[in-house]
Amino acid sequence: MIFGKKKLEDSGALEGSIINKETEGLSQGQIVRKRFLQHKAAMIAIFVLFSIVIFVFSALKQKIGPWTYPGWWKYGIEDLPDLTTGCKDGLVGCPTASLRPQWLGGAGVGLGEHPFGQDDIGRDYFALVMRGAQRSIMVTVIIGIIGGVIGTVVGAIAGFYRGTVDSILMRFTDFIITVPSIIIGSVIGFHFGNFGVAFLAFYLGLFSWTGLSRLVRGEFLTLREREFVDAARVAGATNRRIIFKHILPNAIGIIIVSVTLLMSGAILLETALSYLGFGVVAPDVSLGSLISQYQESFTTRPWLFWYPGLFIVTIALCINFIGDGLRDAFDPRQRRRITRKDRQDARTAKKASAHA
Amino acid sequence: MLAFIMRRLGTLGVILFGSSFLLYNLAAISGDPIGELRVSTDPGAEAAIAELTRSLQLNVPPPLRYFIWLKGILGVFVGKFTLGETRTSESVAVAVFEAIPTTLRLVTTAVIVAIVLGIAIGIITALRQYSRFDYSMTFVSFLLFSLPIFWVAVLLKQFMAIEFNNWLAEPSIAPRAMAVIAGVIGLIVASALGGGRKKFWKAFGITSVGTVITLTLLLQINWFLQPALGPVGFFIASIGAALLVTQLSVGLGHKPSLKAALSMSALGLVSYYPVNWLFEREYQPLIIFGLLILTVVSAIVASIYFSKVDRGPVIRTAVLTGILSGLLMILDKLMRTWEPYFNTDAVNGRPVPTIGQSKALLDSTDYWITLLDILMHLILPTIALTAISFAGYIRFSRGTMLEVLNQDYIRTARAKGLNERTVIMRHAFRNTMIPLTTIMVVDFAGILGGAIITERVFGWTGMGTLFNTAINSFDLNLLMGVFFLTGTLALLANLVADLLYSVMDPRIRAGAGK
Repeated sequence: MIFGKKKLEDSGALEGSIINKETEGLSQGQIVRKRFLQHKAAMIAIFVLFSIVIFVFSALKQKIGPWTYPGWWKYGIEDLPDLTTGCKDGLVGCPTASLRPQWLGGAGVGLGEHPFGQDDIGRDYFALVMRGAQRSIMVTVIIGIIGGVIGTVVGAIAGFYRGTVDSILMRFTDFIITVPSIIIGSVIGFHFGNFGVAFLAFYLGLFSWTGLSRLVRGEFLTLREREFVDAARVAGATNRRIIFKHILPNAIGIIIVSVTLLMSGAILLETALSYLGFGVVAPDVSLGSLISQYQESFTTRPWLFWYPGLFIVTIALCINFIGDGLRDAFDPRQRRRITRKDRQDARTAKKASAHA
Repeated sequence: MLAFIMRRLGTLGVILFGSSFLLYNLAAISGDPIGELRVSTDPGAEAAIAELTRSLQLNVPPPLRYFIWLKGILGVFVGKFTLGETRTSESVAVAVFEAIPTTLRLVTTAVIVAIVLGIAIGIITALRQYSRFDYSMTFVSFLLFSLPIFWVAVLLKQFMAIEFNNWLAEPSIAPRAMAVIAGVIGLIVASALGGGRKKFWKAFGITSVGTVITLTLLLQINWFLQPALGPVGFFIASIGAALLVTQLSVGLGHKPSLKAALSMSALGLVSYYPVNWLFEREYQPLIIFGLLILTVVSAIVASIYFSKVDRGPVIRTAVLTGILSGLLMILDKLMRTWEPYFNTDAVNGRPVPTIGQSKALLDSTDYWITLLDILMHLILPTIALTAISFAGYIRFSRGTMLEVLNQDYIRTARAKGLNERTVIMRHAFRNTMIPLTTIMVVDFAGILGGAIITERVFGWTGMGTLFNTAINSFDLNLLMGVFFLTGTLALLANLVADLLYSVMDPRIRAGAGK
């Protein structure tokens, strides 16, 4: 059954000593950094996410203030190239990206004319997906920043001052929680969607800080009773200094972790809203609106459905893994896996020191 | 306690007032309900505008109009409760209360499946921390976290419905596909069981060979078109259920429980034909309810007969086994309804539907066919909703379980020589359930309003559809009606969660400290 016998050798003491050895003489920040760098999944996720962001944002031509960035991809989202024909089964506009080298009978590794194919009127789908991904990433970051800042400030003030301030702020939080985010998002998106993505994201951010503020408040309530806060107060620190210099750095772990959760939720919220038609509006596109637009064509032209979905999943997955890595790194109770090699090393070291 | 509840209810009222006021005004400024009519060249437009303005009181500014809406709600105290009218002059209250059962049906199954599966997997991963199974389940749960539900839904429709229906027309499994299926199932089971390398490969071998043999047999007897458990299959499954329940609740070494549970299985086998005869009669819901009572009573009788002292756990085991056996019996009946259902004109050989909540064309008076029809329509949305929400349960129950396992009382329990099963099920599991329960309650309320997208993708007409209509046609009263219900439920669920928490965890006293 699922209840195996627990191995109870000398594991406890040994593991403790291995962990202690690793963190000897390091500051809190160094320990966190070290733990995070050791988290393989999070490292891969960071690498993938950065590659995607650079890839996506450098692809298309765009205006940055007075300058125009040319972009390395030949088509834009408004271009209407001719539909390519000659695909299998009489389809048109099929994807040309190929990973199969010529000597294996494929078309050779490369992007080709339209790597992700073309949509029904011939627009280059690669350009559309790139633009959609840009929009989705932008929304995610803006919601993360706005929600993170508001949530932290509200939670910090409520938790630090307690009493009436706390009650008022928490009741305020409660009533924002009552309104499901998808409802508030729809109402906002329906009205403000045509003002552009940044505006939509800004408004969504105004309503997405509630969970974070509750967590931060809880953290502040415990931290403010600690001795170092008393010490700072005796030394004559002002409230503002105590909040920002003494308590906030200690709560930063929980804040960062929940902001990553907030962001991975935000990308799904944006795609869901765009899917319902309340998010990004035409002619602009987002990953959600692309899926919604082409979901009927799944049986005939599946690429219109696969690519935006793959981008959503990959981005959200990366953010989640980074968040997991950060949580492990910041949580002092979290123990990393002690491998057989670690045990062996620790034993050899012990023997060596005994002999010496 | 009572004072605490009253105070919380008071706060709840204030919060609801605030958020509904906010939403009302937000929604009112976000769209003009007569905007389309204003630019219309239709000769009747003028009259329609006047009519709408009068019935929806559009000449009153939104902040004041809100209080007209509020008056309708407060009318509950004088017996004149109203949520206003929709644009088409129908009562919002009626529309909302008609939509609730549909949404409930959709959500309940999904939540239950997600909870049971999520908690089970979460706890196993916690017990096997840093194992192969743990890593792969972590990956799966993150993957599910990152999936947009509408994307999953389209994939499900394609592969679980359309392709599966095609496959049913001529069921056969190619050897390569068979090998893949057997390998995957073997891998999952073997890594969930854990243990050393030798045990892993042994479990893998047994499971995958077993899968191949079972699948071949099932294909041979054309089971996929004429599924049934039959008395023998039923008896074997029922004995399996008896052993599982006994092991989880008191351990197989506890003879009275084992005897009581097994006797329930035997009773099931004896009553197999009589019960199936009863299933064919009329008033099925009543019959099923009566059989349930009978099962519970006979389980209690059996456990009293087999045990002399400490009857509580024995009764619990026997009743659970009895209910599981009953469910198996119903499953068997549904399986045997499959063939007639499959061949009705409405279904016509494509049993897994992609859309809708029941088949309108299916005119059958047979209780089982109707039931099967409803269940078949539930399958895809339930899988989609479950997949999305059970990832959260895996993560949460894993985290809680790990935390509990590090507690001193677990070490004490081990130190005083309790076996591992008792430590896990009695000491760790029960304490893990405390925070989980509160999450469940809140989740359930949240998902009621959150099934909007699922309903849309699968073409159900519940709360989500109402909400969609409301937003798209600027129907303020309808929107507020939906919000009023989901918002109240969410707040009530929070209150219930807090109360449950204090009931289950004596360290927390509701209302204390303030």
